[in-house]
Amino acid sequence: MDIHEYQAKELLKKFGVNVPRGGIAYSPEQAVYRAQELSGEKCVVKAQIHSGARGKAGGVRICSTDDEIADAAAWMLGRKLVTHQTGPQGKLVGRLYIEEATDIAQEIYLGFVMDRTEERVVVVASAQGGMEIEDISEDEPDSIIRSVVDPAVGMQAFQAREIAFQLGLDAALIPQAVKQIIGCYKAMDELDASMLEINPLVVTGGGEIVALDAKLSFDDNALFRHPDISELRDKSQEDSRETYAEDRGLSYIGLEGEIGCIVNGAGLAMATLDMIKMSGGEPANFLDVGGGASPERVLMSFKAVLNDPNVEAILVNIFAGINRCDWIAEGVVRAVQELQLTMPLVVRLSGTNVEEGRKLLNESGLNITTADTLAEAAEKVVAGWKTASTKNAEAI
Amino acid sequence: MAILIDKNSKVLVTGLTGRIGSFHAQEMRDYGTNVVGGVTPGKGGTTHNGLPVFNTVKGAVAETGADLVIAFVPPPFAADSIMEAADAGIKTCVCIADGIPTQDMIRVKRYMRRYKEEKRMRLIGPNCAGIITPGQAFAGLMPPAIYLPGRVGIVGRSGTLGYEAASQMKSRGIGVSSSIGIGGDPINGSSFRDILELFENDPETDAVVMVGEIGGPQEAEAAEYIRDHMKKPVAAYIAGLSAPKGRRMGHAGAIVSAFGESAQEKVEILSEAGVTIVPTPSAFGEIVEKMLK
Repeated sequence: MDIHEYQAKELLKKFGVNVPRGGIAYSPEQAVYRAQELSGEKCVVKAQIHSGARGKAGGVRICSTDDEIADAAAWMLGRKLVTHQTGPQGKLVGRLYIEEATDIAQEIYLGFVMDRTEERVVVVASAQGGMEIEDISEDEPDSIIRSVVDPAVGMQAFQAREIAFQLGLDAALIPQAVKQIIGCYKAMDELDASMLEINPLVVTGGGEIVALDAKLSFDDNALFRHPDISELRDKSQEDSRETYAEDRGLSYIGLEGEIGCIVNGAGLAMATLDMIKMSGGEPANFLDVGGGASPERVLMSFKAVLNDPNVEAILVNIFAGINRCDWIAEGVVRAVQELQLTMPLVVRLSGTNVEEGRKLLNESGLNITTADTLAEAAEKVVAGWKTASTKNAEAI
Repeated sequence: MAILIDKNSKVLVTGLTGRIGSFHAQEMRDYGTNVVGGVTPGKGGTTHNGLPVFNTVKGAVAETGADLVIAFVPPPFAADSIMEAADAGIKTCVCIADGIPTQDMIRVKRYMRRYKEEKRMRLIGPNCAGIITPGQAFAGLMPPAIYLPGRVGIVGRSGTLGYEAASQMKSRGIGVSSSIGIGGDPINGSSFRDILELFENDPETDAVVMVGEIGGPQEAEAAEYIRDHMKKPVAAYIAGLSAPKGRRMGHAGAIVSAFGESAQEKVEILSEAGVTIVPTPSAFGEIVEKMLK
């Protein structure tokens, strides 16, 4: 789960990380009021969306007057900002963070990730702050400093010192830098974060080290022990199709195509999308219905898939181990009847109780195409979709 | 035996008295698996479906001589349960739980290193379907009937995609020596490389089918091992060719976040290492049959 910059900064502050003063605003009037509270010469109006690279999209503006603040706020609020991380549909700006302006002398990159090779938290730092880490590793690979944390003892002061010295920081700044780095690690560790990125961490003209931006993501599997963090979820930043499915306990990812998919198991679901693509179609979603799926759960999956207005055909692919094909079939039949489904539907069942499942489908008298193999199922659904979309086009 | 489990393995089920543990323990016994008991703290001294229940893994090991644990413990408690098994001298632990916090897994892996290598437990999973040696025994939740006993090893991240491979092979009369699910989590107990090494050294395995997916470094690491150390032929399928970058595709570990983690890149790396690529998830049977000729 991702959270907003201002939320991340509030959390980090509790761990001793230095952040600029600021306040949240939901309207241009509030933005101006927040700036007056800060009473500096300049302030920064920052759009709060779950994405980096907001600056390039116009989501970060330095302002000097009340008018400028109100204009910037009015422009950002309600707008969908498109960055390379948001996808073409962009993300809606619903709140702003008004922050005191910082006098920047030096920019540093500081990141904490779960490294899958080390199987530990790895700290990544570079004196080339302000750039994205992908670009730093491309353009300035030698500037990247890495430090692996032993989970038995946590991050040690010497590790933070080594990083600070390698960054080339002035000796007088080292104790401050160590405090910031250790503070970030503690936040990552204690909050079960999956990623923390401070880009940039800056040295100010006055010789202070400040986290100017903060990106914090959490391990969904650990949210059960952080109810306060779960509350920071902002559904307006999610794909509404995904919110609908997630709220119903379904593992769903919205894609760009027209063929809706209902599959059991993440690996088989990915493979099914691949097979559709290889057969000339484009999948509309990833959906793992899970193990032991009841007819109700299958019906719910159909609703989640049909929430996407682009869906023009559906493929159900089940290899039942702990699932039962007869339950799946019952769910499919109910879905077709209750949702009055008319689009092409191909069902491939295999595994536990497959005969009972097929019988249910065949005897339903409904327009359901069955298939024995995954390849056959993918071909049939792509063919069905093509025929249907040609017909639709002619009808228009 | 093939690898990791056979009819002589003494299997202990943690979380035996729960609904899921109870159901799968029965399935395992019906197949012939030697299930010797279960562990549920607080229920020690009772019996469950005719099996003795113990309070601790150590207590169960002392009484039954169990050497393999299958953990049907919910994610919040799974890490604790794995470490308990490691400390009790269990040889192999299979963990089914999907949803263990990553930091818990980091601690588990660190904890297991306190034991000398020869005494260190082998962890399979978490977030996996389990392990099976067809015709002998299984520890997991797979439908055992889809596996024909034979001489091809299977190792994969995904449960159902592994079933797909096994059943396509069965329909062509190709049997399986053992099938091992290493799970879909970003940090797991055994890697592809670990299991490939077991298959390479197993006299009852002639070839291996690997079922990988997007995300993480383990397929590339496996490719290196295959190129430098394996004599047996390997076929591989990588799921997620159509997965967009930066999205977690169901499995916590199935996310492309670094170079070399996409399906295309993994296919290329494996193919350069001499691995036979299974181009589509419908071609397991056909490709393995050709590879064996």
